[in-house]
Amino acid sequence: MADIFSATVIVATLSSGIRLAVPLLLASLGEAFGQRSGVLNLGVDGIMLLGAFGGYFTTLKTQSPWLGLAVGLGVGLVLGLLSSVISVSLLAEQGISGIGVYLFGLGMSDLLFQKLVGTPLPAASFQKSPIPFLSEIPVVGDLFFNHSIPIYLAFLAIPVSTVIINRTRFGMNIRAVGENPEAADSQGISVTRVRYAAVTIGGILAGAAGAVLAIGLGIFQQNLTNAQGFIAIALVYFGAWRPLGVMAGSLVYGMVSAVVLLLKTRGIIPLGASDLAAMIPAVITVLALVVAARRFRAPTALTKPFIRGG
Amino acid sequence: MTSREPSEAAVRRSRLGSHLLSYSVPVLAVLGAFAIGAVMLAALGANPFTGFWAMAKGAFGSSGALVETALKSTPLLLVGVGITIAFRANVINIGGEGQMVAGALASTITALGMTDVPAWIALPLALAAGVAGGAIWGAIPGALKAYFGVNEILSTIMLNVVAVQAMNWLLRDPLIDPMEIERGTRIPQTARLPESTDLPLFVEGGRLHIGPLIAVGAAVLVYVLLWRTTSGYRLRAVGLSADAARYAGMSVEKNVVWALTLSGAMSGLAGAILVLGSEGHRMVTDGSTIGFTGSAGFNGIVTALFGGLHPLWTIPSSFLFGGLLVGAIALQRAAQVPTALVLALNGLVVLFVVSLDRYRRQLKEREEQSVSSVVTAAPESDESDSPPSGEDDDHG
Repeated sequence: MADIFSATVIVATLSSGIRLAVPLLLASLGEAFGQRSGVLNLGVDGIMLLGAFGGYFTTLKTQSPWLGLAVGLGVGLVLGLLSSVISVSLLAEQGISGIGVYLFGLGMSDLLFQKLVGTPLPAASFQKSPIPFLSEIPVVGDLFFNHSIPIYLAFLAIPVSTVIINRTRFGMNIRAVGENPEAADSQGISVTRVRYAAVTIGGILAGAAGAVLAIGLGIFQQNLTNAQGFIAIALVYFGAWRPLGVMAGSLVYGMVSAVVLLLKTRGIIPLGASDLAAMIPAVITVLALVVAARRFRAPTALTKPFIRGG
Repeated sequence: MTSREPSEAAVRRSRLGSHLLSYSVPVLAVLGAFAIGAVMLAALGANPFTGFWAMAKGAFGSSGALVETALKSTPLLLVGVGITIAFRANVINIGGEGQMVAGALASTITALGMTDVPAWIALPLALAAGVAGGAIWGAIPGALKAYFGVNEILSTIMLNVVAVQAMNWLLRDPLIDPMEIERGTRIPQTARLPESTDLPLFVEGGRLHIGPLIAVGAAVLVYVLLWRTTSGYRLRAVGLSADAARYAGMSVEKNVVWALTLSGAMSGLAGAILVLGSEGHRMVTDGSTIGFTGSAGFNGIVTALFGGLHPLWTIPSSFLFGGLLVGAIALQRAAQVPTALVLALNGLVVLFVVSLDRYRRQLKEREEQSVSSVVTAAPESDESDSPPSGEDDDHG
């Protein structure tokens, strides 16, 4: 019992919390791009599931997790484009269309898995790549600099996204079409093109999130994500549509999951109580939604399709 | 004005066109989804015709099949009707899954507490508890939206997550079958619920219980509520235009809460029926929501859309989609195609319906413009303040 407070256990738990946060982080970061442009994509979980299967299956067949990740990105790209067609060009009700993508992804990934794999076989995973020198710092080294490359890349994507959204012309256009598409349109910005790009980026990142999740675990199963894609959408609100906020939300989730896992496997608290503890982040998120609704303003044009002159 | 005013016949014609289109959108969507399904079957090495035929036979081909279909469509109908209520008030309820779980848990806890209570009290109480559980799980996002401005899509999604974890906790710890602890198997399930809470069967030893009947009754009741009572009229008025409703002195906030409460109550009843009518007469979890609901909380959205967001049309609609789910099992046996195919097709139906919806709306707008020009031409026409009858705006 005492050894739970030893430095090694704490570091190992926090480090696994960081790993668990990554799929959420990628998915919600992608969703933030779409929402900043005014499009709510509820299909994230479905895209994640298909990306996860694509990534897992490719890794299983080629033994290359990198190829698997690439396929996950590709699947996300295709589904992101499809989602843009539906919500941007066909002006579908965004509160429902994403549920269609979700059901499609949920069913399709299960179908393909049963048809092409059948029994769960373990697949290769990413190797840990300790960063030279930095990983040798006590505690901090193990915590932050002893992960696999996709995890570093995911965290690197946060500052990169902040810069893209706040400091580039493309980011400015995303914000413009999300806040006031009519004004953006009159300035000669193609609302359609910008939204397609933002939603597709979201799709790619969701596909990546699924692939990282499946390849990280080395397995696939029906409903592998268990609603993580939906949590990712809520985290965008939690994080007030900012990459840093989204990262903070994902880390809270990852850390709580890691701690619950630790308590469960070590039998510190009854199994039931750990399930009760697992409820905490979801409850926090609901409360955060209330605070976010008071303190932060959603992009004005969020969920509103743009019709020129309409 | 008089010269450009469309003839009554023209209005009737355009209205007919809009009606035809609003009926044909869901049908086109299903046909489109099935066309893709046929391609998928062929790609999986199965003959689409024999595949679909096996499905139809498996779903509707025998009395046993029809019973299974009726049972499968029960939660779809209740959730679908609930979704319809929310939609009519212009709120989106993605929380059917969580509300089903909340209703099932409330019903299970109530049933477990009634060991020596006669069935005529125990069963209604257990069902009512399910309604109440779902209603509370719907009222929370309703109140959050009405009074705190929280987007209901987000809050219902998050309450799904809270509900599944509450279920896992309750079934693994406080509500677990004492036998599971004794034997050390620790399967997360409750003890068998008291027999007094079993849903009565139509035929002794058969499978068909009164659940489907309750669901159809609920759908009719919701129809009456929405189109034949003032309360339902207010709810739809808020859905059509919140500003106009507020101007007319209605409380938009109260109606939003009311709509999500009712909507959740329907899903809660679905959850209760799922438990009380289950073969094992107990609640079991595999750790996920869909393990319990079979995705009915989401598939209910499909049946509601296919039913044109009308409670009565949702009855045949859910029977059809329940049949798809049952037929999928026959398809799996006949052509080794996993049942997950149906879930994927359901997703496509949703995508087609919402994508085609824009064209339906455009036609509808054109119709309304021509109708309003007739109304303005005849100012003394009866602008009654009583609830309008359902026939003219069923598919709005």
